[in-house]
Amino acid sequence: MNELTSFWSGWIIVISLGSILGSFVLLSIVRKGQRFNSETTQTVGHEFDGIEEYDNPLPRWWYWMFVLTVIFALGYLTLYPGLGNFKGVLGWTQESAYEREVAKAEAEFGPMFAQFSQTPIEELAKNDQAMRIGQRLFANNCAQCHGSAATGSYGFPNLTDNDWLYGGDAAAISQTILNGRIAAMPAWGAMLGEEGVHNVTQYVLNMSGREADADSAAKGQQLYNTNCIACHGAEGKGNHLFGAPNLTDNIWLYGGSEQQIMQTIRNGRNGQMPAWEGILGKDKSHVVAGYVYSLSNQ
Amino acid sequence: MRHEVIEKNMGLMIILIVVAISFGALVEIIPLFFMKQTTQPVENLKPLTALELEGRDIYQREGCLSCHTQMIRPFRAETERYGPYSVAGESVYDHPFLWGSKRTGPDLARVGQRYSDEWHRAHMYNPRDVVPESNMPGFPWLFENKIDGNDTANKMSALRMVGVPYTDEQIASAKTDVRGKREIDALVAYLQQLGTVIER
Repeated sequence: MNELTSFWSGWIIVISLGSILGSFVLLSIVRKGQRFNSETTQTVGHEFDGIEEYDNPLPRWWYWMFVLTVIFALGYLTLYPGLGNFKGVLGWTQESAYEREVAKAEAEFGPMFAQFSQTPIEELAKNDQAMRIGQRLFANNCAQCHGSAATGSYGFPNLTDNDWLYGGDAAAISQTILNGRIAAMPAWGAMLGEEGVHNVTQYVLNMSGREADADSAAKGQQLYNTNCIACHGAEGKGNHLFGAPNLTDNIWLYGGSEQQIMQTIRNGRNGQMPAWEGILGKDKSHVVAGYVYSLSNQ
Repeated sequence: MRHEVIEKNMGLMIILIVVAISFGALVEIIPLFFMKQTTQPVENLKPLTALELEGRDIYQREGCLSCHTQMIRPFRAETERYGPYSVAGESVYDHPFLWGSKRTGPDLARVGQRYSDEWHRAHMYNPRDVVPESNMPGFPWLFENKIDGNDTANKMSALRMVGVPYTDEQIASAKTDVRGKREIDALVAYLQQLGTVIER
């Protein structure tokens, strides 16, 4: 498939073998004429700062080491690909080595994952082995956003608190992981005006049981009922269908201070959960779903 | 001994050393320039957009490649973690290559679309806001600096000279495409396309 032209193949073969041969010839020339069997006290004739050099031959073990490298090189180039388009008698390629490695792992772990994928997520969450695997997969792929303890951070949901944007049953978790989610809280700043944003914020604070300015909250409620109710519901309990959070439980994805709530209303929020089916595949996603499920359903 | 001739003539010795070590390059590097596997782009590979190109330059400027590689090697341990191994055809429009050789952080060859834009921004501002264990430095100035785009078209023309197929329209609109954008947006755009050409 990715052959070299015969010119470049020949080029590689000639230079490779030529330099091996050349090294061997050089080694032989240098050795020639020297006395191998006895050491001598004769020096090569130069002297620097009182340091002189004996004219002794290359030690024999050293010479044979060089010869061994030549033999190794020729042996290697015979067995493995290296000489242009010559594939080597073992037929080794890095692709096939990789595929063997994957096939071996598949044979070892495939049946296990196949069995996991047949197990409902609720059951899987009680399987110790699956949960250990799930925990590793989570650490590798999910912890960057959700944290290594799955407790989330600003803008990334906590998965351990049993408060869910898109639903915490097995099917919803599985959907979220496989297909991802894109939140769509619109920016209301232009629509409501700064005063409107302030009023709605007061109402939202009120909803979560905190102190708020009663007048503003009353005005905010009217605005809420015309604009926000479709997603967040009449009582502010949220709606898993739209990923609209519950506004009454005092769990805040983007912070619950007055300023932060105003910011959210004014500019909107578009949190995004990437889709993992293409990256992890169905079976592993299933195990991760089991792990996430287990976090709030011990 | 004729050794003496070489050992006492610095110029001759330099030439002979260069000749001796050039055999490796002649065999291992030069033939790759003439091999389809390394010179042909993979299917659907497109040159970076003006914004992504600026992001790439920021990636180089901030030294990201001292800690992040962009090369997934064909080992299961790597493909399990990062996705399919990298192939040469994915990098033919990269000048210079940003493969890197040291991983302090993870490989980024297929980081594209793995996390949301928002995550990248939060992470780049201060990595510990999202990954408390991280030892990556923050890059808050990327949120302040704006790209002026004065050099973008020139960069694209230069890349076209070495074989990246930019169209005249792309080069003409380059400046307006990037002008006034924040550096962080360019960098995130660059990161989000990394490795997305190959089907996982």
